[in-house]
Amino acid sequence: MSYQFSIDAERCKGCGLCLTVCPKKVLQLSDTVNSVGYYPVYRARPEDCNYCGLCCIMCPDVAISITEIQSTKDQTEVS
Amino acid sequence: MAKTFQKPESLTDRYMHYCPGCTHGVIHRLVAEAIDELGIRKRTVGIAPVGCAVMVYDYIACDFQEAAHGRAPAMATGIKRVRPDLIVFTYQGDGDLASIGMGEIVHAANRGEKFTTIFVNNAIYGMTGGQMAPTTMPGQKTTTSPMGRNVDEVGMPIRIAELLSSLVTPGYITRQTVIRPKYILKAKEAIKRAFAYQVEGKCFSLVEVVSTCPTNWGMTPVEAVDWAEKTMLPYYRLGDFKTPE
Amino acid sequence: MGKVLMKGNEAIAEAAVRAGCLNYFAYPITPQSEIAEYLSRRLPEVGGVFLQGESEVAVGYMIFGASGCGQRVFTSTSSPGFSLMSEAVSYITGAECPAVFVNIVRGGPGLGGILPSQADYFQAVKGGGHGDYHLLVMAPDGVQEAVEMMMMAFPLAEKYRNPVLILGDGLIGQMMEPVEFPENLRSEPTNKDDWASNGMATRNSDTPNLVKSLFLDPRALNDHNLKLKAKYERMMREDLRYEAYNADTDYQALIVSFGTMSRVCRTAIDALKRQGIEVGMIRPQTLFPFPEKAIHEAAIRPSCKVVLSIELNMGQMLEDVQRAVLGERPVHWHGNAGGDIPSPEDIMDLVKSFL
Repeated sequence: MSYQFSIDAERCKGCGLCLTVCPKKVLQLSDTVNSVGYYPVYRARPEDCNYCGLCCIMCPDVAISITEIQSTKDQTEVS
Repeated sequence: MAKTFQKPESLTDRYMHYCPGCTHGVIHRLVAEAIDELGIRKRTVGIAPVGCAVMVYDYIACDFQEAAHGRAPAMATGIKRVRPDLIVFTYQGDGDLASIGMGEIVHAANRGEKFTTIFVNNAIYGMTGGQMAPTTMPGQKTTTSPMGRNVDEVGMPIRIAELLSSLVTPGYITRQTVIRPKYILKAKEAIKRAFAYQVEGKCFSLVEVVSTCPTNWGMTPVEAVDWAEKTMLPYYRLGDFKTPE
Repeated sequence: MGKVLMKGNEAIAEAAVRAGCLNYFAYPITPQSEIAEYLSRRLPEVGGVFLQGESEVAVGYMIFGASGCGQRVFTSTSSPGFSLMSEAVSYITGAECPAVFVNIVRGGPGLGGILPSQADYFQAVKGGGHGDYHLLVMAPDGVQEAVEMMMMAFPLAEKYRNPVLILGDGLIGQMMEPVEFPENLRSEPTNKDDWASNGMATRNSDTPNLVKSLFLDPRALNDHNLKLKAKYERMMREDLRYEAYNADTDYQALIVSFGTMSRVCRTAIDALKRQGIEVGMIRPQTLFPFPEKAIHEAAIRPSCKVVLSIELNMGQMLEDVQRAVLGERPVHWHGNAGGDIPSPEDIMDLVKSFL
């Protein structure tokens, strides 16, 4: 079983709360602004991510989701 | 820890207008999850407040009525009395509930009206631009207490959970917060429990949720959750203050 | 069912039940608390909802909530209480919800008095709350008409999705008269699935209904106001009601009066007629919409020399009568705001003083 982690970069407001709760320091604010004017967060170190979901729980904009995918292909990040 | 995480069905796809780091969004999600898990969306009617969350009806996908400032508990009473089969909840801020709407919430709780109130306490008036609220902390600077809340002039912040739990009528009164994941999980349980009491037709339920307002507190979102934990939680103690059992 | 001798307040309460309205929220206030007392016994008998709220402010929103989820509902109060409800009335009108309000008017301003008065005329017809809105305002002149207007109020509120106000006074509320409850005025509530927040399951729908009055976009709010305005114009076309009394004679004076005061005028007109003095009267039954045209046409009759606006206040309807007469005839006010009702003899002397 593998998981697909995705951050909706247009929904993220770069508040940074998820950064503070990620136990593996996977997340980082990007330096390219989204269409609304925020710097969305992205997984700088996806390999360290253990899909604990704390970032999803903390996100005030429900911008992060984790879904199960059947394929054995390595999950890629959908930004 | 559930490995998957999805937006709840009762939460719409609408982009939320809240400021970055404002925890209204977290509370909306918890309410939507509770509604999903109890399977009550099609018979739920929400009452939106006047405040930042007035547009909660754009974010939670059930019937809504939009109350005047502070009057949501009276509107909820009106609905619940004539249509007791509907699940009714009010979503209110601290200016809405603890200031202008104090009369309405106290009497609704005292009558034991069987609806649920989600009370967001962020110690300030958000939408109108950061004025002092009944819940503003001592010494906290706001646009109407620029030198900090002077408790000798305007008294101490009001603790709604304690105040309402002093009423003799049975009910479920709890205070939670959403400033850290560990608290969010507990807040989710409390919110679901509040709605469940209503589904059982058992009692009035109110969940006070200590929340942040980075913009009007003049802090970053991360500073705001720290300030809330350091300054608000000692004064606004978490936990269940009254349960119907 | 034949006539029953009933106190006005109780007849108004029973009329609501007979009309098919079984939900009532209210707060006690003299001189109409009997309405709540009566319904606290009566509504449980018919499976209705009775609740005494903590204030008229709260009651206004209990009405809004109940109406917003598609149920017939009404409240009754008196002057100071209706002032407290005026914010809710504006919201209910803005959100286009049907609801019936009863104001058994007492002397004002402030605590005023508890005797009959018509001093809430402006508040009723010019809108006591904020924003452009009107209520359909009906003013009964006795207990029987109060019953009939009460029964008509519910379908009218639903027709326009707008509050209807019954403007009575302390005398109508407190006096007893024989009444009957016309079966043909009973009505079934209309279906409200297309707008009411009555639960998606109730109307088997997947799209939520939203009962609100907030329109942040200026065009949307202006369009909304135009939509409400069209309702009021429709009220003027379809639901304007007035009574002309002794108006088919060559009257020398025209009285414009409503409610309790108009009954006293009626007695004076009859007495003057016996003395060979013809006086006509236009009695508005709806205060909004106001019978401007009827008053204008009655005033410009060649025989008519003077128009008298006789009302239990300091001259409020006077302004609307002047607006209707458009200067074609002198218009004078006569009234009393303390609670003493002018006698027929007072009115007869008044009329003679102008002829």
